[in-house]
Amino acid sequence: MNSFATLLMRDLRLAARSGGGAALALSFFALVATLVPLGVGADLKLLARVAGGVLWVAAVLSALLSLDRLFQGDYEDGSLEVIALSPLALEAVALAKILAHWLSTGLPLTLLSPLLALLFNLDVAPSLTLFLSLLIGTPAVSAVGAIGASLTLSLKRGGLILPLIILPLLAPVVIFGAGAVALVLDGMDGIGALALLAAFSFGAVLLSPFAAAASVRLNLGG
Amino acid sequence: MILSLTAERLACTRGDRKLFDGLSFRVSAGQALAVEGANGAGKTSLLRMIAGFLVPAAGRLVLKSAQTEITDAEERGKSIGWLGHHDGLKPQLTVREQLDFFARLYRDPLRPSLAQAPATGTSPASASRAGGADLISVLERVGLARQAELPCRYLSAGQRRRLALARLLVSERPLWLLDEPFAALDVAGQALIAQLMVRHCGHGGIIIAATHDPLGLGNESLKL
Amino acid sequence: MQFLFRYANPHNFMRLSGAVLPFTAIGAALALTAGLYFVFSVPPDYQQGTTVKILFIHVPAAIMAMVAYSSIAVCSLLSLVWRHPLSDTAARAAAPLGAMFTAMGLITGALWGKPMWGAYWVWDARLTSFLLLLFIYLGYMALWNAIEDEIKAARAAAILALVGAVNIPIIKFSVEWWNTLHQGETITTGKLAAVYVPALLTMMLAYFLLFLSLWTIGIRTAIVERRARNLMKGASQ
Repeated sequence: MNSFATLLMRDLRLAARSGGGAALALSFFALVATLVPLGVGADLKLLARVAGGVLWVAAVLSALLSLDRLFQGDYEDGSLEVIALSPLALEAVALAKILAHWLSTGLPLTLLSPLLALLFNLDVAPSLTLFLSLLIGTPAVSAVGAIGASLTLSLKRGGLILPLIILPLLAPVVIFGAGAVALVLDGMDGIGALALLAAFSFGAVLLSPFAAAASVRLNLGG
Repeated sequence: MILSLTAERLACTRGDRKLFDGLSFRVSAGQALAVEGANGAGKTSLLRMIAGFLVPAAGRLVLKSAQTEITDAEERGKSIGWLGHHDGLKPQLTVREQLDFFARLYRDPLRPSLAQAPATGTSPASASRAGGADLISVLERVGLARQAELPCRYLSAGQRRRLALARLLVSERPLWLLDEPFAALDVAGQALIAQLMVRHCGHGGIIIAATHDPLGLGNESLKL
Repeated sequence: MQFLFRYANPHNFMRLSGAVLPFTAIGAALALTAGLYFVFSVPPDYQQGTTVKILFIHVPAAIMAMVAYSSIAVCSLLSLVWRHPLSDTAARAAAPLGAMFTAMGLITGALWGKPMWGAYWVWDARLTSFLLLLFIYLGYMALWNAIEDEIKAARAAAILALVGAVNIPIIKFSVEWWNTLHQGETITTGKLAAVYVPALLTMMLAYFLLFLSLWTIGIRTAIVERRARNLMKGASQ
């Protein structure tokens, strides 16, 4: 097993052992989805109409919950220095952490989404589109989020500032993700929106390790 | 095989404050250097600079091996075994898992490190290659074999320090940077680390340690 | 580049900017007076009526909001790549100005929207993009303020500014895409009648000079503040 896989497995193990890992994000996701009908009423037509947007926003917020600890734990206990001196480049370290975060939050959220789509009276086609859009788009949430996490890793209250700097940058993900669902609901083709989402996601996963690594480097210099 | 580390007129500024300036020294294979000085004199900063975390305000560091000269900080980092203020341990992992992680992380089969630690024969340094049994033998050497399956959260400060030392042993790095290596260790622990340091130097390694206590290695010392 | 570095030194900057500042400030005041005179003297639009006059305040503000962000991005690049000493201070000083222009653009846009669309906010594509831009400004300033170590704060803010610079065109594109998807409104002025051109150009010049003057004042204030802090530190040691 190489260093990358070693770090990935260790982060997944840590996520599983600290407070149930995905369970927390999943519960939050389901809870938000439950509160929305309580707020807007039980009109099934309306719920189906807003499902794509609501579930996408809820998924992004759920993924944000665990993001602030992405680098912070390792920074505080000195592991980050040890990891930085390993044969692994910091860019690869960032990518491993993005992947670990996605596997422990983004992917479980995606897998849960068809169930929540049922609560929102979504048909099979839009529900499948939502599933696909989450599958394609949540890696971008982890990737862009990793930039924010690395920028705020030395802050005691970084969890408050992280959403402020990350959420505006994630607007395209929500727009294309929920847009694909809306298009399918209107009987149109969601492929174009999913393609745009995939392009954003690909770019984010490709580029954000560099920004995150630069930011980790600057924080180690303190 | 690393031959020497040379610092040429290093300067370090933190904010608007100058910590040191024009600092030059040279440590050769088999030698130890104790960095001494009052609190805030820049001992930790110097170690962080050698590790490549801090960029020198002036001057440069050269790591000489038999084949080449390394001046790039990132490249230099691949020769360094680091023991910092914090032990770098996760409370959720067991002692064995933690050590296994370090061993595997530092020994990437795809990227053999340029500067291997001095050959140490049957020493624990070969532990990471095989894993399992050898990890236990390293833990035995630092006196943690009985705690192997214990989560790190239950370790005392001294035991945590011992596990961090075990990390140095499995990392197979020739240049050890130790920040207050004796901190939190009892008498037996201090004797243990002294013995490990003697052995490391004996095998051609280099040690640079920030410390208030004498290293007891017949080493040079650097006052900041 | 060489030229830039010569004036990057705070001492030189203070001298040069001190000499230039009165001209840009007076220029801004004159251009603003002339611009407002034009704005009040042009005839109302045949479709929009007097509401058209809001655009002379709105359009330059929106443009300056982008100019300010571009300035931050350029300064951040100078800071990260060339370790250009003054650019962090410059980037930080431009942020509140950019946020202010963005807020002005949003408010005037909403005021324009009420008579035109019957509502202050109809999720028009451009205004929505600017709302997101305002949040980006707020996040950028919050990050600056949150990190205590000034050097670290500067680097972190610079990285964020560059990430934002890459992302803003994408956000703009995605919001426009979203707007066509949901058939929202768009501020359309059509082709601007020739009578309005001098007024708009003068107002743009005024805004630009105003931005330059306020930015210079902001940078100078930061330099003086740092000197005062260093003096106090020196006295206490």
